[in-house]
Amino acid sequence: MRASDNLQFSGRALTAYPMRTGLILLAMSIGVASVIILTTLGEGARQYVVGQFQMLGSHLLFVLPGRTETTGGLPPLLGTSPRDLTIDDALALKRSRSVQYVSPNVTGAAPVSYGAREREVMVFGTNNELFDAVELKILKGQFLPEADPRDAVSISVLGETLAKELFGKKHPVGEWIRVGDHRFRVIGVLSSEGQSIGMDMKDVVIIPVASAQSLFNIPSLYRIIVKARSKEALDQAEKDVIKIIRARHDGDDDVTILRQDALLKTFDGILKTLTWAVAGVAAISLIVAGILIMNVMLVSVSQRKAEIGLLKALGAPTRQVMTLFLSEALMLSLAGGLIGLALGLFSAKMVTFWIADFPVQTPMWAIGAALLVTVVTGLVFGSIPARQAAKLNPVIALSGK
Amino acid sequence: MIELQDICRSFVVGDETVHALDHVTLDIAKGEYISIMGASGSGKSTLLNMLGLLDEPNSGSYQFQGKELTTLSEEKRAAFRRENIGFIFQSFHLIPRLTAAGNLELPLMLMGMSPAERRKRSTKVLADLGLSDRAHHLPKQLSGGQQQRVAIARAMILKPPMLLADEPTGNLDTHSGTEVVKILEALNVSGITLVVVTHDVALGRRAHRRIRMLDGKIVQDESSRSNESAT
Repeated sequence: MRASDNLQFSGRALTAYPMRTGLILLAMSIGVASVIILTTLGEGARQYVVGQFQMLGSHLLFVLPGRTETTGGLPPLLGTSPRDLTIDDALALKRSRSVQYVSPNVTGAAPVSYGAREREVMVFGTNNELFDAVELKILKGQFLPEADPRDAVSISVLGETLAKELFGKKHPVGEWIRVGDHRFRVIGVLSSEGQSIGMDMKDVVIIPVASAQSLFNIPSLYRIIVKARSKEALDQAEKDVIKIIRARHDGDDDVTILRQDALLKTFDGILKTLTWAVAGVAAISLIVAGILIMNVMLVSVSQRKAEIGLLKALGAPTRQVMTLFLSEALMLSLAGGLIGLALGLFSAKMVTFWIADFPVQTPMWAIGAALLVTVVTGLVFGSIPARQAAKLNPVIALSGK
Repeated sequence: MIELQDICRSFVVGDETVHALDHVTLDIAKGEYISIMGASGSGKSTLLNMLGLLDEPNSGSYQFQGKELTTLSEEKRAAFRRENIGFIFQSFHLIPRLTAAGNLELPLMLMGMSPAERRKRSTKVLADLGLSDRAHHLPKQLSGGQQQRVAIARAMILKPPMLLADEPTGNLDTHSGTEVVKILEALNVSGITLVVVTHDVALGRRAHRRIRMLDGKIVQDESSRSNESAT
């Protein structure tokens, strides 16, 4: 039998029952479309997060006090407590040629009030170099000026949301606010376009690091943000930081350094896994569609027993009968797959329409995998009815019992 | 041409074993016109299926032109059916979604003939049957007689040497039935071996050799032309 005849014969068998065929196509296409849509959204989320990280510039190092990794040697039975990071440590890091900006950080929560309005917000003690290190933008006034970070000056920069909530329509620059027990003069307001570094920069008070230390009554730093001169200088900067801190801390490696590119990789990995997971969930619907195909093909085989008997009487070998029914199942699943693909890609485009800045990129592997799964589904679930058709006893089949 | 030797075929129905064919021995010569008659359940249809290689015997031997057929594989049996046997059924067994021409061309399609060649052959056969104007009609648009004529044409399109008909007139009125019988007899005259299973006594009597079955055994085998008879 010719392939073209085979297709025509099977195709006509499908179009003879438009309702049944239509329902199967619907089930199959919903399955494929959901795989496409969910992977597109997952991939979009991944690209969005990666993009956000990359906008920060990926040559940041976060220096944290203490070391959580175990590097062998004696277990810390004696409980040697790590040395705190100090402002002097931060200043010393400036000696490395690979380091461009160094920003010592102290954070804590404190009530911030202006007049009768009071709010509990994050207080962020830092220096002027944070501005360039994480590429903040200023809305009104100015950021912390260049100064010795050891000087506790009573000036502050507000996040945009906080400024609105404390001052309403009033111009905040030049006003005095109260943070905890201290008074600070507002010198600027951050733009909400500024990037975050693990905290919400819209709802924050930024004050000089030494002021924060006295506010919270702590001598040490929460962390130091270091920006390398370039991506290439990142490795050297990391080495220099370790060397300088070790020299200052009597030869102990008692800091942990987080690299932004490592964080990025972690997020990338998590979101990729998530995309795979949702694709897997969607694939279940494909299996359901496959079972539907099997069901309908089984009904079809039992309804067309006489036809199968006839084909056998006319001399069609077992294999040919099987091929005919298998190609019916394959045509069903493939047609459903293609309709689902069109449906999925269209819906993905609709997402771009509703959420403008969400990156929508249907991954090629998802398209390939969805189509592959439909073909496999057709073959696997079609082969059982096809084999049943081929195995029919022609005498019984012809009698239609 | 055909030698059946001690063919047995039994079915298990419930917890009872039914001997549909009980040591049947039968010789059929080329060009014979045979009718097989008998009550329901006498085994006549089973005998026909056996001759057509649709069924397999439990024991016995079936030789066709000296070749043993009972040992063939399913693939070879299919090929044998295609080349040597045409089937006619009581309910025609036309595929409802295919046109008259499509049904007629089915055996040609199954063997892989090109569409152009198929069309040429079916056009000619339909013209011979006087059904040219019905070529593109679906079976449900044809009368019973026309459907059976298409079915006969389908059985004969590959020119098999033997035609097996199971109640060919069972679903037809007298007029159409007579017409169909005439066509079958004309084919027999042209040299084709014709075996008809029927309840219809009138139709049965027309055959040159008449076999009567009872309980899976051949109980009567008479010929009006010659003295040959099965043992």
